[in-house]
Amino acid sequence: MSAGRLPRVVDWVLLPAANLCAAFLVSGLVVLAVGENPLRALALLVEGAVGYPEAIGYTLYYATNFVFTGLAVAVAFHAGLFNIGGEGQAYVGGLAAALVCLGLDFLPGPAIVPLAILAAAAGGAAWAAIPGWLQARRGSHVVITTIMFNFIAAAAITWLLVNVLIKPGQQSPETRHFAEQAWIPSAQAVLGALGVPMPRSPLNLSFLLAIAAAVAVWAFLWRTRWGYALRATGHSEAAALYAGIDTGRVVIVAMLVSGALAGLVAANEVLGVQHRLLLNFVGGAGFVGIAVALMGRNHPVGICLAALLFGALYQGGAELAFEMPDLTRDMVVAIQGLVILFCGALERLFRRPAERLFAARRAPAGEP
Amino acid sequence: MSEAIDILASMSAATLRVAAPLVLAALAGLFSERAGVVNIALEGKMLGAAFAAAATAAVTGSAWLALGAGIGVAVALSMVHGFASITHAGNQMVSGMAINVVALGLTAVLANAWFRQGGRTPLLGQGARFRPIEAPFADALRDVPVLGPIYADVIGGHNLLVYVAFALVPVAAFVVGRTRFGLRLRAVGQNPGAVDTAGIGVDGLRYAALAATGLLCGIAGTYLSIAHGAGFQQDMTAGKGFLALAALIFGKWRVWPALFACLLFAFTDALQIRLQGVALPWVGVVPIQAIQALPYVLTVLLLAGFVGRAVAPRALGQPYLKEKR
Repeated sequence: MSAGRLPRVVDWVLLPAANLCAAFLVSGLVVLAVGENPLRALALLVEGAVGYPEAIGYTLYYATNFVFTGLAVAVAFHAGLFNIGGEGQAYVGGLAAALVCLGLDFLPGPAIVPLAILAAAAGGAAWAAIPGWLQARRGSHVVITTIMFNFIAAAAITWLLVNVLIKPGQQSPETRHFAEQAWIPSAQAVLGALGVPMPRSPLNLSFLLAIAAAVAVWAFLWRTRWGYALRATGHSEAAALYAGIDTGRVVIVAMLVSGALAGLVAANEVLGVQHRLLLNFVGGAGFVGIAVALMGRNHPVGICLAALLFGALYQGGAELAFEMPDLTRDMVVAIQGLVILFCGALERLFRRPAERLFAARRAPAGEP
Repeated sequence: MSEAIDILASMSAATLRVAAPLVLAALAGLFSERAGVVNIALEGKMLGAAFAAAATAAVTGSAWLALGAGIGVAVALSMVHGFASITHAGNQMVSGMAINVVALGLTAVLANAWFRQGGRTPLLGQGARFRPIEAPFADALRDVPVLGPIYADVIGGHNLLVYVAFALVPVAAFVVGRTRFGLRLRAVGQNPGAVDTAGIGVDGLRYAALAATGLLCGIAGTYLSIAHGAGFQQDMTAGKGFLALAALIFGKWRVWPALFACLLFAFTDALQIRLQGVALPWVGVVPIQAIQALPYVLTVLLLAGFVGRAVAPRALGQPYLKEKR
C-alpha cells in the first residue's frame, strides 16, 4: 500500500533491517535478564554456527528444512492465506515417503528416491488441500482448520507408528530403517566421491532440492499465469474475482503448492537423515517457516537468506547451550517468536514514522 | 451399583477439573473474538501465566501473589497482541502466533535459567497452591447412597479456581449479553464502522476486550501450574489453548454453548483415560489417539457446515483503520 511512497532501499532493506534489529535487541535483553553477556553469547553462537566445517554442514542442514517451510508459508501468504499447518503437512509427507520406502524397497535407487520425494510432496499437498478446499468451498477459515489438522495428523501418525508401522520387537515407536538405496545421499558421500573431503554432518542432497524449490517458486509466482492469479487473489480477492479469476480454485491450488513444499521437509529429514519414520520428526520446522517467510518478505531470495540465518541460529544455539547452560536452545524459539512479532505483526512499527518523515521532506514548505 | 456411582462421580469430577482451564480460556477467547480480534494466542498467554504463577509461588510461597503474577503476565501479553494488531493494524493471526512462540521459548529459557531444574520450577508445597476445598459435612454425608459421593467429589473437593471458572460463566454471559459494554463489544466485532460513527472508540473497546482476555487466560494458566499441578513444566499447556479455541468455535462464539463444548471436550479426555485398553462391545479397543483427535475433527466438521453452522463475528480478523472507511 505504501511501496510507492518510500524509496525502494528504505522499503526493501532499511525497514526489514530495523524490524530485525528490534527483534534481536529484545533477544539481547532476554540474555541480559538471564545474567549472561549478549555480545559473548552472539560470538559463541556465530562460532558454533559457522566456525568449523562440521558446523557449516549442520547449519545448511537446518536451513534446508526452513527453506521448504518458509516457501510453503510464503506461497500461501501470496494468496492471502496463513498456513499454520506446515508442521502437520510435513508430518504427513514423511508418512507418505516412508510408506513408499517401506513398500517399494525392491526398486533400484534411481526409481525409489524420486518416487519417495514425490510421495512426500503429495502427502503434504493432500493434507493442505483439505483445509484449502474447506475454505474455498465451505467457508471455514484456513488458519483454524490447519491448526486442527496439525493435531489430527499428530494423533493419527502416533497411532500408526505405535500400532501398525512399528518395527517388530522394538520399544520406541519407529519404523525399521529403509533399504539403503532409498536414502538421499549425504553431502559427505557425494563430495567424497568427487574428491572433496567433508566432515560428517546431516547435510544431504535435499539441500539442492531446496534451492531448486526456491527457484521454482519464484518462477511459479512471477512467471506463470497461475502465479499471477494467485498473487492477484491475495492482493484483492474482489478484484481478482471481477477479472474472471476463479478465486476458490486459486485458494486450493495455493494450499496444494504450499503443502507440497512443507511435505518436502520429509525429503531432508526422513529420506536424507533419519532413514526411518519416527515420532515428531518435524520438530517445529513448520513454525520456523512462519518466521522465515515473514523475515524474507515472502520472496524466495529473502527466504533463503532468512533460512540460512535460522539454520545458523539452530546450530549455533545448540553450541551456545554447551557453553552457557543458562541459554538453552529454547532461546532460539524465543528469538523466532520475536522475529515473527517484529517482522510480521509489528511490520508497520517503523514504516509509519518513515512514511511521515519522507512525506514531510517531499512536501514543499508552506503547503499543508 | 455403588461402584457405578463411584466411577460416575470420579469421571464427573475429572471432567470438571479438565474443563476448568478450558472454560476460562474459551471465555477469554470469546471476549477477544466477539470484539473482532482473532485470538490464536490463548495458548501462549496461558503458558506465560502458568510460568509466572509457578515462579512467583516458588519464590514467595503465596498462591495469591502467584495468581496476581499470572494475570499480570497474561494481560501484558494481551497488550502486546493489542499493540501489534490494534494500534499497528498488524495481522492478528501472525501476532497471535508470535505470542505463542515467544511464550514457548521464553518460559523454557527463564525456567531453566532461574531455577536450574531442567525447565521446571520447584515442586510447590501445599501452602503455595490452591488446595481442594472440602464441601461442608462431606465426610459425614459420603455414606449417603448416590448423592453422598456426588456431593463430596463432584460438587465439593475442587480447588478455588475451579469454582471461579464456572462462576465466571454466568458473569461473562451477563457482561456480554446484558450490559452496555457487552453490546458495544459485540457491535465492534460486527461493524466497527458503526460503533465509530456512534462516537465510541473502536480501539479502546478492543483493548478492553483484550484486557479481559488476559485476565481470564491468567487465571487459566495459574490454575494449570499451581492449582491443578504443583509447578511449571515446559510447554505445560500442551495445546489446551487451541482446544479452548476449538470449543469457542464449536460453541459458535456464544457463552453457554462454549461451556457445553468445553465440558464435552473435557469429558472425552476423562473418558480416554478410563477407556485405555478396555475393549468395548461392538467396537473393540478404541485407540486413545482417536479420542484425542475427536474435538479437532468435530470442530473442523462444524466449521465446514457438515454439523450445524458456525458463523464468526463479521469483522473478525480485520484491523480497523479510521482513514480507510
